[in-house]
Amino acid sequence: MSESSGGFLFTFFNLAIAQEYWADIARGMLVTIGVGIAVVITGLALGLAMAIGRALQLRWLTAATVIFSDVMRSLPPLVVLILLYFGLPTLGLELSAFAATWVSLSMVLAAYAQESIWSAMASLAKGQTEAARSTGLSWWQAMRWVVLPQALRRAVPPLTNRVISTTKNTALGSIVALGEILSNAQAASAVAGNPTPLTIGAFLYLLVFLPIVIFSRWLEHKTKTTA
Amino acid sequence: MEIFLQNFFNLEVFQQALPYLLQGFWTTIWLSVLVIPLGAAAGLLLALGQTQSSRRSLRWSIIAYIDFFRAFPPLVLLIFLYFGLPFVIGDVPKLIAVMLAFTLNNSSYFAEVFRAGIEAIPKGQMEAARSTGLSRLQALRWVILPQATRHVQADLLGNCIEVVKLTAIASVVGIPELLRNARDVQSLVYNPSPVVLAALLYLALLWPLTRWLARLEHRKLAMFSH
Repeated sequence: MSESSGGFLFTFFNLAIAQEYWADIARGMLVTIGVGIAVVITGLALGLAMAIGRALQLRWLTAATVIFSDVMRSLPPLVVLILLYFGLPTLGLELSAFAATWVSLSMVLAAYAQESIWSAMASLAKGQTEAARSTGLSWWQAMRWVVLPQALRRAVPPLTNRVISTTKNTALGSIVALGEILSNAQAASAVAGNPTPLTIGAFLYLLVFLPIVIFSRWLEHKTKTTA
Repeated sequence: MEIFLQNFFNLEVFQQALPYLLQGFWTTIWLSVLVIPLGAAAGLLLALGQTQSSRRSLRWSIIAYIDFFRAFPPLVLLIFLYFGLPFVIGDVPKLIAVMLAFTLNNSSYFAEVFRAGIEAIPKGQMEAARSTGLSRLQALRWVILPQATRHVQADLLGNCIEVVKLTAIASVVGIPELLRNARDVQSLVYNPSPVVLAALLYLALLWPLTRWLARLEHRKLAMFSH
């Protein structure tokens, strides 16, 4: 390794190596974005459904929701992913790397989304639902038009942060050989014996996530000043 | 059901794996004990710089640092350092790469939490404290920071839980923590039960903390709505 360490630029920004591998890593970026979007959609939808279900106040449903959310929030996402990817095949259920990453991160995001949305619902004054119901709205109408709009607005800041950290975790897919940015960059770095592909990978992650982080900062600022 | 128990809750495998997994469990704990204070201390310094300095350039560099590391997946950071550092400064012990990656990553999260805490304390507090004759540093130490940390205790606890969970990625560079050891046994016995046992150990450690966190968060939200 040490003979190639002649010059920082030559090592981390080697143009010849960059030219050879950038297309591969850029393809990985599409996978990162694809699995990220899929996780956000299913994770938030499932979390919202669980929060609404919890508002029904059925004892068994509440218990199941709380246990699911607590477990998913207590386990490292990598452990969930490895259990799904390496565990399920022993039961005859083979998941692709994409499916395993998608399902495990969706479950983790759903757990946090459920908790944020539910806490926001619980923080609304109880009288709100009662007042809405007394005007003749059904339970569902009160939920849809009175409770949810307010609760979701309150849940936005924690949800944004959680969406960012969960979509960043798509990098964990590299461990089950999902061909996303990190996985492709690592493979290229190993073949080339040079970290330039990882530099490209790092750059692409910033390209994807830095705008989202800056957006979340702006959003937080905005909710704070309008509150 | 038989197959499920055989593969996921195989008691014989549990028994074989347990001592090895407990070793990993301790490594997970001391790794957390090592990196949480580092990240928290660095984060506190960043937050103080961001809220107390009158130099615009410093404040903006701190924001840039924080956003940079919040946008960077920790696993990518770890692998980048693990693979890249040897090109710059020669062989590096894995633990150093892990500690550096963790500190860079979680200092930015701790900085955000501490900043929110400090900003939540009304400006008049500092002025009042100064007017009693306290120096600026004393006022921060004895008046502002105690209130600020209490204000964000839920987020601080949340960050600590995140860091403990994050130690699982150290398995990727071969630190013999809980997940690494579980996967080693798993590949020896061709059975995923060791990973299930690891998950149970993670739950034993983190479920109580997660419950505690949920209570704190709930109380905070309830306070806001009245």
